[in-house]
Amino acid sequence: MNSVIKYFKDIFYGVSTLWAGMRVTGKYFVSPGQIVTQKYPENRATLKMADRFKGEIIMPHDDNNQHRCTGCGICEMNCPNGSIEVLTNRVPNEDGKVVRVIDKHVYHLSMCTFCGLCVKTCPSDALAFGQKFEHAVFDRHKLTKILNREGSSLKKEVKS
Amino acid sequence: MSEEIIKDVIIGESDDYIINMGPQHPSTHGVLRLEVCLQGETVKYLIPHVGYIHRGIEKMCEASSYPQIIHLTDRMDYLSAHMNNEAVCLCVENAMQVEVPERVKYIRTILDELNRIASHQLWWCAFGMDLGALTTFFYGLRDRELILDIFEESFGSRLLHSFNTPGGLMHDIHPNFQKRVKDFITYFRKKLPEYDQLLTGNVIFQQRAKGVGLMSKEKAIAYGVTGPSGRGSGFSCDLRKHAPYSAYDKVQFNEILYNEGDTFARYKVRMDEMWESMNIIEQLIDNIPDDGFTAKMKPIIKLPAGEYFQRVETARGEFAVYIVSDGNKTPYRIKFRSPNFSNLFVMNELASGGKIADLIAISGSLDLVIPDIDR
Ligand code: SF4
Ligand code: SF4
Repeated sequence: MNSVIKYFKDIFYGVSTLWAGMRVTGKYFVSPGQIVTQKYPENRATLKMADRFKGEIIMPHDDNNQHRCTGCGICEMNCPNGSIEVLTNRVPNEDGKVVRVIDKHVYHLSMCTFCGLCVKTCPSDALAFGQKFEHAVFDRHKLTKILNREGSSLKKEVKS
Repeated sequence: MSEEIIKDVIIGESDDYIINMGPQHPSTHGVLRLEVCLQGETVKYLIPHVGYIHRGIEKMCEASSYPQIIHLTDRMDYLSAHMNNEAVCLCVENAMQVEVPERVKYIRTILDELNRIASHQLWWCAFGMDLGALTTFFYGLRDRELILDIFEESFGSRLLHSFNTPGGLMHDIHPNFQKRVKDFITYFRKKLPEYDQLLTGNVIFQQRAKGVGLMSKEKAIAYGVTGPSGRGSGFSCDLRKHAPYSAYDKVQFNEILYNEGDTFARYKVRMDEMWESMNIIEQLIDNIPDDGFTAKMKPIIKLPAGEYFQRVETARGEFAVYIVSDGNKTPYRIKFRSPNFSNLFVMNELASGGKIADLIAISGSLDLVIPDIDR
């Protein structure tokens, strides 16, 4: 007799625990106001990443197409995986002194691990993180970028 | 037992039925191969084969300066990235005898605990899913998303945040940080009981978890099983209590211990740890001191020649760093003691003699992260 009672008790206990779980799912089923899923990519127009989001490395240029990079190469030295190559030229400036100017700041997005060391250690704050995150391309060579723009120059106030 | 295994491997019995679980098996959560010997549905023994994603991180570290090592440690146990970073930072700071500001200690502790909650949430999702309860996955990820958003706002990345640096933090926390963390705690205190309703009390789950994969305290100690898996067997191994670092000596919390040693006990330890983590964060979040987010460090960090050791408690157990320095800016040799490596090898003891379906429950309850095993 006892075993029969236990048998039915177990069944009721089992059903009641299942019911406890179903109540939670049911609650969310009937209250769609609590939907938490992001509708990406439909919300592309309104999607705003956090200010500090590490999407890629960029070199900010101002309206006169001027950047702050002196070509010192500290970022290249600090990068753990060789994602940055700084190519410089030596050219005479207006006083006739030969100075180092940046030719190409090459950035391999495909190798970057977003550790942030280049941005942190750059002595003239020339680098920053960009918010773009849709980097998928069909040709991986497109992931190698030249950060300084065509015809850009060094800002006056930055000492090289 | 181990001699028996070796004998079996070398000689092999003709009627042994050997199958490979993995390296591409959803319940191993990564590329882990378990060579399982079956008799019918009963597991006779199993041999874990590791190394499918060995990247040679320890060797890579020998060519990296100390700030560069940090981002490699992220990629071992990616779910406790912050704790791994912290271990290396603490080791370097101790070696150079740098006193970091109080603010850094508080923030590190808060982030440790947030990271622990996020890690346990993901474990809970995946554990439920391993045992056939798909619903848990959505509920766990829903709440984990909020922590990741906080991380994203403050450090710019969600999983591998490389936020620690020898001497302090990369940059200061976001002005919204405190408010968002407090909001999250208020929210999650309401939501955590839902986890219990959904899974803990569920009779199907309980029957699959209770009494499965028994691990005695002696076995846990013998195999070096630490973290929640060890504490489920009554092995008191919480380094936050026993060897406090950062701000853990300033907070009150309990070490969660269960003595049953089965899958359900390990489950309960993690569920209770989430409550404790919230308590720790609440004690710290309102009194973060304001004395700068980094100590003064030389631009090039060189450790004095010698040997240095530091261990921390990650979400999975004891993570330790051992650095041998010869005075250069790169370490001469570095060794990481990762918790998952030890936790994995006890699996043969737990699963032998059980059913193969229980093997999934056991591997889920040990909460393995494969990149941490292979390094
Ligand atoms: S980006 Fe900064 S660190 Fe890199 S070369 Fe230019 S100035 Fe130097
Ligand atoms: S973020 Fe790190 S890996 Fe990427 S370019 Fe900068 S230093 Fe190199």
